Amino acid sequence: MIPPPFDYHAPGSLEEALTLLGRLDDAKVMSGGQSLLPMLKLRLATPANIVDIGRVPGLDSISEEGGYLRIGALVTETALEENATVAARYPILLDTAKVIADPLVRNRATICGNVAHGDPANDHPATMIALRATMVATGPDGERSIGVDDFFHGLFMTALQPGEILTEIRIPSPGQHSGGAYLKLERKVGDYAVAGAAVHLTLDEEGTVTQAGIGLTNLGMAPIRASAAEEVLTGQHFGDHSGLRGAFRRVREAIARTPSDDELIAAASQAAADATDPVADRRGSVDYKRNMARVLTTRAIHKALERAAARTPAGG
Amino acid sequence: MAPRTSAKICGMGHSMKRKEDPRFLQGKGNYIDDFTRPGMLWLDIVRSPIAYGKIVNIDTSKALEIDGVLAVLTGKDLEAYNLHWMPTLMSDTQMVLPTDTVMYQAQEVAGVIATSRYAAADGVAAVEVEYEAMTPVMDPFKALEDDAPVLRTDKEGQEDNLIWHWEAGDKEATDKIFDEADVVVREKMHVPRIHVASIETCGCLADFNPVEGHLTVYMTTQAPHAIRTVLALVAGHVGLSEEKIRVVSPDIGGGFGGKVPVYPGYVIAIAASVVLGKPVKWIEDRMENLQADSFARDYHMDAEVAADASGKIRALRIKTLADHGYADAQAAPSKFPAGLFSICTGSYDMENAYAEVDAVYTNKPPGGVAYRCSFRVTEAVHCLERIVDTLAHKVGKDPAQLREENFIPKEAFPYHSPLGWEYDSGDYQAAMDKAKEMIGYDDLRREQAEKRERGELMGIGVCSFTEVLGAGPSKDFDILGIKMFDSAEVRVHPTGKAIARFGTKSQGQGHETTYAQIIAEELGLPAAHVQVEEGDTDTAPYGLGTYASRSTPTAGAAGVMAARQIREKAAKIAAHLLEVGEEDLEWEPGTFSVKGAPDKSVSIQDCAFAAYTNLPEGMEPGMEATNYYDPPNLTFPFGTYICVVDIDRGTGEVSVRRFVAVDDCGNIINPMIVQGQIHGGLTQGLGPALYEEMTYDEDGNNLAGSFMDYLVPTAVETPAWETGHTVTPSPHHPLGAKGVGESATVGAPPAIANAVVDALAHLGVTHMEIPIRPDRVWGVLNARGVAK
Repeated sequence: MIPPPFDYHAPGSLEEALTLLGRLDDAKVMSGGQSLLPMLKLRLATPANIVDIGRVPGLDSISEEGGYLRIGALVTETALEENATVAARYPILLDTAKVIADPLVRNRATICGNVAHGDPANDHPATMIALRATMVATGPDGERSIGVDDFFHGLFMTALQPGEILTEIRIPSPGQHSGGAYLKLERKVGDYAVAGAAVHLTLDEEGTVTQAGIGLTNLGMAPIRASAAEEVLTGQHFGDHSGLRGAFRRVREAIARTPSDDELIAAASQAAADATDPVADRRGSVDYKRNMARVLTTRAIHKALERAAARTPAGG
Repeated sequence: MAPRTSAKICGMGHSMKRKEDPRFLQGKGNYIDDFTRPGMLWLDIVRSPIAYGKIVNIDTSKALEIDGVLAVLTGKDLEAYNLHWMPTLMSDTQMVLPTDTVMYQAQEVAGVIATSRYAAADGVAAVEVEYEAMTPVMDPFKALEDDAPVLRTDKEGQEDNLIWHWEAGDKEATDKIFDEADVVVREKMHVPRIHVASIETCGCLADFNPVEGHLTVYMTTQAPHAIRTVLALVAGHVGLSEEKIRVVSPDIGGGFGGKVPVYPGYVIAIAASVVLGKPVKWIEDRMENLQADSFARDYHMDAEVAADASGKIRALRIKTLADHGYADAQAAPSKFPAGLFSICTGSYDMENAYAEVDAVYTNKPPGGVAYRCSFRVTEAVHCLERIVDTLAHKVGKDPAQLREENFIPKEAFPYHSPLGWEYDSGDYQAAMDKAKEMIGYDDLRREQAEKRERGELMGIGVCSFTEVLGAGPSKDFDILGIKMFDSAEVRVHPTGKAIARFGTKSQGQGHETTYAQIIAEELGLPAAHVQVEEGDTDTAPYGLGTYASRSTPTAGAAGVMAARQIREKAAKIAAHLLEVGEEDLEWEPGTFSVKGAPDKSVSIQDCAFAAYTNLPEGMEPGMEATNYYDPPNLTFPFGTYICVVDIDRGTGEVSVRRFVAVDDCGNIINPMIVQGQIHGGLTQGLGPALYEEMTYDEDGNNLAGSFMDYLVPTAVETPAWETGHTVTPSPHHPLGAKGVGESATVGAPPAIANAVVDALAHLGVTHMEIPIRPDRVWGVLNARGVAK
């Protein structure tokens, strides 16, 4: 539990940080350090240099502007949890932050660090997939944007190049009729997920799903987008089986044998389970984890629909 | 029972706030890692990555090049002093450091001594050890097969992997009952290997003074006196004799049985200090603690109950395989290799019983300690309480009712159990009645029936355990030959304040408070004025330490006896001060008064002052007494626990909705501390029931070697415990008290397991192995087509 020797650098600006990363051999960026420090203590990671960006100004803001929620590199899980905009408009992010580790870790751990670490067991990646977020990487040649689908390459592997820092995550602001939820099954509080499912649904005025985002946690070597499951949901109309519309729908279902809501959700959830490639470990068998992907996706879809229905047109 | 003393005196029955808590709550405790010495060096340990293999070579050269690394000690170095091995408390042997073979993963292989903790860790990483791996024996059943390799080739005459066979009861008579019984039920069950996982890991600071030839060892031990004697016995030949060894056990952050054994790290630190003539500190990290220190449990039990058609239990038969790992390193009394497992007939009257245990060697860390358990009682109670439920389901009776119909009636005490115990006192029906009333048992059964109709899974689990605590009477109980008495030394100062020293050692139990209350009860001095000390072998009277809930039954009783001796002397002084005969005095706590003239009185403080200033002629000055208490019997606390669980049909998660614990530990010294003990014990019973398990793969790799995978429940997982008690005093303890620290650890797992099985009983489920993980439950639900 004692880390090997390393040199510690605490740059005071982004430029300085980037210069250090360009100059130093075998350097690792540290923000909150909540994944890196345990790996150092277990001597699983042995970088010669640590570049701590904790003192770089301007990276700790969280704001909604230009159609995006922008989360800076030093925004902690606790800051996210305490943010009023997030609570009101991005409950799926709050769901996610709340189930990460414990409050002591969340006081230091950052959202960007959680994503940049490239660990498929981390919780934010699935949510970022569901929300179709964009990662902003800053390197010696300036900024570049990376879509979430191009970001995760495998176990601890991402699109970030040596010398680059994940400086911001941009999440598209939700539409008027949208809702999302993140559900995590864990063996005890603070555990990595046995399975996790993030679902974000955008509906039109009529209540038809125009866009579905489904991400899965710790069910493969990288965070997973359940595309087939998204397709099952897209274009479907859920709920509101009362009145004239409901009557029409029931007739249509009866004639055309259109699947019911429950059947649609079950089909999407099964498609999500089919997209997984888990390994058996102390958290359960492959069969169990696949089934938990299915169960959690079902529950997350229901919760997302509920939240979408509860949202006022003003989006508040 | 209303307290006999005033709130100012705060004797028995007062919920006095713990005297030790101000320092703990302010972070001012003195734990082992708080100790430091000028010139202190650090020990860190190289550990084996493999479970079984030959050591081909140990290359220390790179480690010795590191700045600050002073020495690397190997088994060969210790062999020169014959200190490379040590006896276990069960008279088995165990390596300190290996000379040629490693026997389990994480075994100590070499010790690096350095000037800082960091340099020591770098040194460990730089020691290069070449191994020739061998196929380990991990399955205890396979260990007994004819073609299994013999693991302990170092032991002369050891021709297989059987350590010992133990049995109790009349096999023939028991078999006969089974042959003729109406009903026989059988369950095979495993109480898995777990770990005490105390918040503080183990460690020591060994400080050898080469000029004086004196060794002081500050260490995390529950039994400092016994450890000093063991040190003197094994290291006498290198010049350490008992008067030159001082063992100090400071504040301890949880022991739970895991701090009874001597671990190799202590011995290496001591050897290093003696060799280098410098203080050497060794503090384990969490993973070392979990992976190498003594485990608990690991009993594979095959249990059967014979009954008549109505469910009246007639006999019990249990065959057990005990996996001890590389060595029998448990800390049970010498004559009890299987601990007090023969308590397995529990709270039920039956004609006969027979229990047997085979202990085997495997390539796992040695053990097993009595984790918050009076030596294998947890295993015995789990086995019985589970199979009694199987019987209830078999004969179609409510599990509470079946228990009631089989209880030993309260008129039958003292009760002689078929396996030889004399239960001191009990009223099992009273505890059951109270638990059922607190939880609303009949309503819950109605709710369960309704929920079953709707396909919801809810279960109610009952456990009515009998514990056996307070080892123990010297005719039966010893550790390495030392009888299991315990001791107290009480001295009252001239101003009427007192110091009381005991042979036990608190690890969080609150001795500084309860012992003070015991003295207050007997002497009428305010408990606030009684300073309690333990753990320093230079000052405390000799005792066997704290484990097996023995402190109150043994040292607590010694405290009573010492205080009563002082009170007898005080009475003589009071008679002298009041100028009356002793027989004319009346005692109420704190005051002697003259019969018929209550205004003519002296306080105990007056007597104390007079003991130093104004003595009756011929009386020895001072006010001091010592007692070594040899208990006439053990104490047998009991209780009924009822648990309600709901099961998520989608995920298999078990949620403990309610848990009522009714305990009877006889007369209560401090109700708040007892309740705290029950809360802690219940949580440590919840752990193994639903979360904790130390497992290994077939190559011998530990699969739960950190808190990432060894799942200790937190406050989030812990339900709101509901506690109650009944009071059935012990007839032989001087205060009528029994032990209580371990009842809840023993009683909780079967209550929870029974609740889960009860929720699934209508699906044909009769048993679930603990820990009852969600994936296990889901597997059962899925196999029966009820998973959602």
